[in-house]
Amino acid sequence: MREKETTIYLGPQHPGITGNMMVKLKVTGDTIVSAETHVGYLHRAFEKLMEARTWLQCFPIVCRICVPEPDPNEENLSRVIEEIEGREVPERAKYIRVLVLELSRLATYLLWMGGQSGSMGLYTMPQWTVGDRDYILDLFEQLTGGRVYHMYIWPGGVRRDLPEGFGDKVLKVMDYLEKRLKDYDDLLFNNALFYKRAKGVGVIDKAKAQEWGVVGAPLRGCGIKHDVRIDEPYEVYDKLNFIVPTYEGGDVWARAMVRRQEFEQSISIVRQVIENMPGGDFYNKIPNPLNWRVPPGDAYVKTESARGEFGYYAVSDGSLKPRRVHARGPAYVHGVSLLERILQGANIADVSFIMNSLGTCPPEIER
Amino acid sequence: MAFDIKGILSPFKALNQMGKHPHTVKFPYEEKVTAPRYRGLHFNDLEECIGCGTCSTICQNKAIDMINIEGIDPSSGDTGLRPRVDNGRCCWCALCVEVCPTGSLSLTTDYIYVTEDADSFLWTPGVDNPEGKEKKSFVSDSEHSLLEYARVPMRELEGSERVKSFAEVVLGYSEEEARKEAERCIGCGICTDNCPVHMHIPEYINAIAHGNDEDAIRIIYDNNPLGETCGKVCTRRCEEICAISKRGEPVAIRWLKRYATERAANEEMVKEIVNPTILPPNGHSVGIIGAGPSGLTAAYYLAMRGFNVEIYESKAHAGGMIMYGIPKYRLPLDSIDKQIEYMESIGVKIHYNTMVGKDVTLEELHQKHEAVFVGIGFEKPYSIGLTNEEAEGSIQAVNFLRAINSDKHVEIGDKVVVIGGGNVAIDAARVSRRLGADVTILYRRRVQDMPADWEEIEGAEDEGVHIKPQAIPLELITNENGRVVAIKYANAEMVPDPKGGRPRPKIIEGDEHIIETTAVIGAIGQEADYSFISEKIKSQIEIKRGRIVVNESQQTGVEWLFAGGDIANNRADAISAIADGFRATKGIEKFILNKEN
Ligand SMILES: Cc1cc2nc3c(=O)[nH]c(=O)nc-3n(C[C@H](O)[C@H](O)[C@H](O)COP(=O)(O)OP(=O)(O)OC[C@H]3O[C@@H](n4cnc5c(N)ncnc54)[C@H](O)[C@@H]3O)c2cc1C
Ligand code: SF4
Ligand code: SF4
Repeated sequence: MREKETTIYLGPQHPGITGNMMVKLKVTGDTIVSAETHVGYLHRAFEKLMEARTWLQCFPIVCRICVPEPDPNEENLSRVIEEIEGREVPERAKYIRVLVLELSRLATYLLWMGGQSGSMGLYTMPQWTVGDRDYILDLFEQLTGGRVYHMYIWPGGVRRDLPEGFGDKVLKVMDYLEKRLKDYDDLLFNNALFYKRAKGVGVIDKAKAQEWGVVGAPLRGCGIKHDVRIDEPYEVYDKLNFIVPTYEGGDVWARAMVRRQEFEQSISIVRQVIENMPGGDFYNKIPNPLNWRVPPGDAYVKTESARGEFGYYAVSDGSLKPRRVHARGPAYVHGVSLLERILQGANIADVSFIMNSLGTCPPEIER
Repeated sequence: MAFDIKGILSPFKALNQMGKHPHTVKFPYEEKVTAPRYRGLHFNDLEECIGCGTCSTICQNKAIDMINIEGIDPSSGDTGLRPRVDNGRCCWCALCVEVCPTGSLSLTTDYIYVTEDADSFLWTPGVDNPEGKEKKSFVSDSEHSLLEYARVPMRELEGSERVKSFAEVVLGYSEEEARKEAERCIGCGICTDNCPVHMHIPEYINAIAHGNDEDAIRIIYDNNPLGETCGKVCTRRCEEICAISKRGEPVAIRWLKRYATERAANEEMVKEIVNPTILPPNGHSVGIIGAGPSGLTAAYYLAMRGFNVEIYESKAHAGGMIMYGIPKYRLPLDSIDKQIEYMESIGVKIHYNTMVGKDVTLEELHQKHEAVFVGIGFEKPYSIGLTNEEAEGSIQAVNFLRAINSDKHVEIGDKVVVIGGGNVAIDAARVSRRLGADVTILYRRRVQDMPADWEEIEGAEDEGVHIKPQAIPLELITNENGRVVAIKYANAEMVPDPKGGRPRPKIIEGDEHIIETTAVIGAIGQEADYSFISEKIKSQIEIKRGRIVVNESQQTGVEWLFAGGDIANNRADAISAIADGFRATKGIEKFILNKEN
């Protein structure tokens, strides 16, 4: 007997959707025939808003492009301006920026672990990782004054120097997380049920991956070594030792394993940064922000965010405000076009499981 | 890893986490201790805040508006307004904190804010949380502030170089320096309150910052036709209250004005750039006595309004004290000429060498013109009140400066003593240095009490002028030919004023000294010569402490007679004279046109 095709609307309000978007599914039985993504619930016109704001006033906006991982946005906007301006950044500031970006990666991966586990019903994991993420947020609070939105990396360097004794506090948290990683292994990464659920699910075709614009862990999970930190190093990544793990298979499992290894790499990077942190200035002051004109020009910069390559393009016409800022994040490709493809043939229960594995971020898709 | 028994058992290890204390704070049973630089609710030190509104300008969420607060009144350098934050819009970015020039605004460790009333999201930092003072966390000290507190230094001739000639001491900003200095301005406009003529300071500085020098010139000429003079010698009350000066060096408003006005190299360029709208002749006529800053200003704006304006000036050159008082190393002749020629080019007529009271009477002027403006300044020096004051070798500073500024020779010898502590005394001393004399200034009080501009005092010291404070002159000593050869003075100690005023000098008995000198220059003040005003008119106007009393449009007790400048305001500087002239323009226009209707 042929089963009847039905339509299911998943989202825009759904705990398994990583933000507000909707996936319209055509299913026969439990199997997805086709998926159609619907975004538009979170559009805040950030790029347009920036055209009406002075350069510095854009900073409190861009961090809101991605809630779980705001820092790459600050980093990109800073670097794109510095690139147009030709502004030097002190070495210490570069190290501090890497520290922030790696802490941010760790925090994001902790949230991802929670989401990935939660979307298959393993609810202990999010309890742990959200709690453990708080240790990192505590560090951010001490460093930047804010837990989630830091508004800390800005043109010319960073906003404040490291507080007294900050390095030691960071190292303590790194030791803790390293220890905790064993617990995460026991509960998630070595969990046979997770393996069973993730292996062969949400497979990305390696041959097509780059053509489709897949980046980050999803690409590395296809066995393709691609990481902006290595390929086009920025800040001081070229002075640090770390590897870029890759896994074959292109499935949820491979993506999870890539992130699991990267988590360890980030801990190592943070330790190296603390150890090699140079002295000196943390900031090469911009002119009075009310009169700060960025010379005419344009630039494109990119950063390896926890979700993959994240670029910013900016144009200055020499005035007080940007002519155009464009944020090119990985979420559009991963969460819209790629998701629609790889959901075909998947189970309904796998939708949010796959979305999580792709690092889909609706706020970033829409900006 | 695979689907095996190990993988099935390993998750059970999670059980050993049971009973562990979570890291997350158990609110409300536990209180969260926030970090020392936490960005929580705002606090504003209401005493420190000057209501400049920069916090409101930078806020990209438009979360701050500036409001009146009971008990805080506007005053010089304080708008009396204070920021109010809409906590419903704020994102705690603290940009407002980073640009607050006084450092009064900060964020605190407080983060809990609950209300049922949407209106109460409006939160006036400092008023709604006086206790916030103890909870300041995210602050901007001058090191972290986004503002620039150091001025772009002005290049000047070296002191030793200066005394060799009357060349201008201040060299002026280059284009790049001017842009950089102008960029420091936060555009709050607090300065304009203190400027007697309320020049559009933030606007012209903004124009300079953005490379629009010609706009700056036009904005300056809007209410000051002697902008270049002010750019060189203004007493700059604006800078005294510049918001940046709360924690740093005020924006160099005077030097920026100088930079802009000097960009128009000659009067044709001024005319081309300013391109003033001159109304067609309206058939009315105004007479002006004195081509000083007040008279010139009134004449300029009246001429633009279509009046026939004639200035009667007793001297051969216009400018008043800016021409005959201020030395040329501060305000060169070609700069004065450029400004006067520009005014003449738009229709201001000046009758030179015409002294009212001698060559023409006030009554005649009244017959010829519908209104008369008097701006004759203070030219008659006060006597220094010492024996032998009339002797040869005893000179009055204004007479001395006038002679030097008229290219005349004055015999002062090589050892000069100047009496006084104001700008005129300093000018006389610095000019004497340029004539090759060794110069000592005797001043009754302490150096910090000197009314002279501190930059002028420093300039004098750089040029080798000796300042002897707390020294009270007693008598001039003459030789057999009746020429001054020495001055006797006594040292003084400062004693508190019984009336609570500033400390007063008291002679220390027996502590008397004599300095040999070839000339003594008195510089203790001037007054006006009102002898050209008939008794009849004098009886209808009020003269108080040597100054003519006027109303807010500079009108005297005689309705067709207006007065301004040193004879009408006790600030006695160029910009106040300009302000008087500017106000008189409106008063005179109103008076004449009202009469017509
Ligand atoms: C030595 C010195 C240095 C100074 N330095 C500064 C400074 O650095 N910055 C600053 O802001 N101010 C300075 N001042 C003060 C400033 O110059 C005066 O406040 C300003 O010039 C006053 O302008 P006024 O229009 O009242 O008259 P004045 O400038 O005094 O001009 C009056 C004019 O009226 C003419 N006049 C007088 N009587 C008659 C008459 N009967 N008939 C026809 N014409 C007559 C005079 O010849 C003169 O031209 C200085 C003053 C002196 C004396
Ligand atoms: S910027 Fe500072 S001084 Fe100015 S109004 Fe705001 S709080 Fe007051
Ligand atoms: S903290 Fe930011 S958003 Fe809040 S009032 Fe200040 S500038 Fe505006």
